[in-house]
Amino acid sequence: MSTFDVSGGRTPATGRRRAADRPARDTVPNRRNTELLMLAFALAIPILGYANVGLAMDGTLPANILAYGLGLAVLAGAAHLAVRRFAPYADPLLLPLATLLNGLGLVMLWRLDKAGKLLRNNFPATTNQLMWSGLGIALFIGVMWLLKDHRILQRYTYISMVVALVLLAAPAFFPSRDEDFGAKIWIRFGSFSIQPGEFAKIILTVFFAGFLMVKKDALALASRKFMGLYLPRGRDLGPIVVVWLLSILILVFETDLGSSFLFFGLFVVMLYVATERTSWIVFGLLMSFGGAAVVATSEPHVKTRINAWLDPMAAFGPHPPARSSEQIGQTLMSLGSGGTVGTGLGQGRSWLIQFAAKSDFILGSFGEELGLTGLMAIFLVYGLVVQRGLRTALAARDPFGKLLAVGLSSAFALQVFVVAGGVTGLIPLTGMTMPFLAQGGSSVVANWALIAVLMKVSDTARRPAAEPAAEPAPAIPEPAGPDRFGPPGYGAPGQSRGASS
Amino acid sequence: MNKPIRRVSIFCLVLILALMLRVNWVQGVQAASWANNQHNERVKYDRYAYPRGNIIVGGQPVTKSDFVNGLRYKYKRSWVDGPMYAPVTGYSSQIFDASQLEKLEDGVLSGTDSRLFFHNTLDMLTGKPKQGGDVVTTIDPKVQKAGFEGLGNRKGAAVAIDPRTGAILGLVSTPSYDPGTFAGGSDADSAAWTALQNDPNQPMLNRALRQTYPPGSTFKLVTAATAFESGKFKNPGDTTETPETYILPGTSTPLVNDSPDEPCTNATLASAMALSCNTVFGKIGAELGGDALRAQAEKFGFNNDKVDVPIRAAASYYPSGSSPDGTAMDAIGQHDTRATPLEMAMVAAAIANNGSLMQPYLVSQEGSAGNAISTHSEHQLSQAVSPATAQKLQQLMEGVVKDGTGKRAAIPGVTVGGKTGTAQHGQDNAGKPFAWFVSYAKDSSGKQVAVAVVVEDGAAQSSEISGGSLAAPIAKSMMQAALGK
Repeated sequence: MSTFDVSGGRTPATGRRRAADRPARDTVPNRRNTELLMLAFALAIPILGYANVGLAMDGTLPANILAYGLGLAVLAGAAHLAVRRFAPYADPLLLPLATLLNGLGLVMLWRLDKAGKLLRNNFPATTNQLMWSGLGIALFIGVMWLLKDHRILQRYTYISMVVALVLLAAPAFFPSRDEDFGAKIWIRFGSFSIQPGEFAKIILTVFFAGFLMVKKDALALASRKFMGLYLPRGRDLGPIVVVWLLSILILVFETDLGSSFLFFGLFVVMLYVATERTSWIVFGLLMSFGGAAVVATSEPHVKTRINAWLDPMAAFGPHPPARSSEQIGQTLMSLGSGGTVGTGLGQGRSWLIQFAAKSDFILGSFGEELGLTGLMAIFLVYGLVVQRGLRTALAARDPFGKLLAVGLSSAFALQVFVVAGGVTGLIPLTGMTMPFLAQGGSSVVANWALIAVLMKVSDTARRPAAEPAAEPAPAIPEPAGPDRFGPPGYGAPGQSRGASS
Repeated sequence: MNKPIRRVSIFCLVLILALMLRVNWVQGVQAASWANNQHNERVKYDRYAYPRGNIIVGGQPVTKSDFVNGLRYKYKRSWVDGPMYAPVTGYSSQIFDASQLEKLEDGVLSGTDSRLFFHNTLDMLTGKPKQGGDVVTTIDPKVQKAGFEGLGNRKGAAVAIDPRTGAILGLVSTPSYDPGTFAGGSDADSAAWTALQNDPNQPMLNRALRQTYPPGSTFKLVTAATAFESGKFKNPGDTTETPETYILPGTSTPLVNDSPDEPCTNATLASAMALSCNTVFGKIGAELGGDALRAQAEKFGFNNDKVDVPIRAAASYYPSGSSPDGTAMDAIGQHDTRATPLEMAMVAAAIANNGSLMQPYLVSQEGSAGNAISTHSEHQLSQAVSPATAQKLQQLMEGVVKDGTGKRAAIPGVTVGGKTGTAQHGQDNAGKPFAWFVSYAKDSSGKQVAVAVVVEDGAAQSSEISGGSLAAPIAKSMMQAALGK
């Protein structure tokens, strides 16, 4: 167990001394002004990108650049004010990073919409995406406002389980359409459709975190040794394995491989963090290799994907394999044509990837127009989001918060890896959305919610101990256990639980 | 729980790092191979993303780049006098690729050639719109026009060369096509392309460079050259000891002349050339032997499959291992001997240039004026015959024009040498004969030009076809145009 330190450094001694020497509120800068400054950068980059696209494609600044800039600024500003009001100690980087990614995504969608006549199956996406982004930020503000303390979510551990399973199973009851390309991952109401997997990602994390928090000691300690590995008792592990297996089965049935992999990885990571037992990693790796081998040999959809990964150009040959797609090959050519510095926004031809240029393969569009340089920057931004989330997990004082933050961050990281790895040909393509960048309402809204929850956790984590007199009784009893996370510098454990509960 | 969180954190960093390494691999190491992949349509679009450079003839561009602002292609190629210059320029189509100079010089024309890098960078820095480089040809528009109009609607080809340098002054092939009709990507362009592909007259065949014909009597120049070079004959006035009826060796078949009353019996080389006596040159060829003839023919450029001007010409062919009677026929340009119009122009040019055969070339300069990235330097392809032999051959050829079968090529005040040919072809010579004329002209100021003309099916009846009547006037007008007479 390590010592908590508000500045994130590994200097517990200093942190302790500082906390002891001065009143707590002065020692913890809330960094809201930093956030505002970063937010200004995060807005300037997409707005300049928007101007760039207009100049490159039409030779003039886009007519509605002011409206666009103002719109983005109002959305981001509202989010910022909500953070100031409801989560003043939240991590200052997460909101700007998410705003930057969302803004860049909007610019690229707008640019691809402008090339719309060149795309087959084109559906203009910018307006919708803007609406969804607005909705996402509204949800972000809603979470900030309504979720007084992330530990409230613990109450909904088993409800979360049910909701996640219902969400995951729902698409199976809706008919698939031609344009869904094999995956049954949508719930449809008329022209309105959502992708429940994106929300299930968050809700399932809540369930895993809540369940593991309660069971972690039993899982870690009450186990039998078997072949050099510690195996937990069935009644401890049972429920979570059942839920996890169910979700994987549902997803395999719906041929949503990316999500299967994501939930599997999420499960292993959270189990490992909760129990601190490396054997889980070994189990996880063995099971994932085994599962991958079984699925790869039995499921034709997966076989196609693996063959496309091994030979992306086969689809261009005189005898393309059945159900093969040119998209990976097109994306690789798109990336190659972009080269080191890219063609410049609006000057590439990533629409050759066809409709997927806007959705699954939007990274190809970025790679072509912003080049290697731009992609590296985008990966860095994603990496920063993940690392800020994991930093939040380190900082969190309660095991539930830790598990929640680890789960959400690693789910985000796994999703980025699975999508970007698939698009760039590192691993077989599994079909998920690039968080914030890709066209897709559910994805944008869900990821804004994810960022909101992470920020809520970080707010609680970074919040200095309140004056003992003003503190009402905690809403949720601290779970008993040998593993206590109260930072020694912040007084009695009861006082460290946050002021807003 | 913090230790596993730190490990998860490192794991996530490794994931991101793996992605970064992967894009470095794809966009850094492999970038060029993906960018130039044969399935990468960007290569096609790039070619028309900004104005293409021009092909220059006589100081004027014969090509244009029209701004069409299409969805995929911003510019479209068009040509000035397309059919006339098509054998020179080739085509450059948005959907049907490109050919000849448009294809071979694509790097320069589309501005991607690395030698244009400095210029392009300069343009980029000064804010000038990107533009491909130009290709300056050696073609003389007057010569080209004379040949094109001379051939008219007949099938054939004509090549004019400056013998001293090898510069190609005219390169005509008829019937021709307008590359502009299928430069775009519309349905009409596709229809035009299909129609041209299916046209039995093969308008897209570059007959001047890519079609070989039996050279007929024009090949007697090579036979005569071998005779002089081998020492078998010393002077044009030497008699040839030819019988009235020459029986092909090893057979009972007589070799016949065009008309039986021609005085070919025991004729001198000069009069045999002037009258184009088959018996005389057939007999000389058989006596010299196939190997000697082939060696001489190869010095003139036969059997060379790498004559690049820079458009690669089809290899002209002189056979090896013919039987004696076959060699007699080979020696008069029948049997297995084949030649392109370019090859016969090279023969005439080498003779006119005192035996020195210059490398024929079409591109004198790449890059626009003031920004040339390369300029052609002339060089000798071979010393085809000694200067003394060349002069004797010139006497023979001038005799042909003065009082032989090539009178129609005579130009007052200009030294003109020529050789007619009427080549039989087809099964049992059933096809209409090809009318040939190869010639050169020199004026008093030292200007020179060598020309070869072939007309495939110039007249309704075979008997009316002869090199002298059909091809010589075309050669004459091209020579006049070249010398400015």
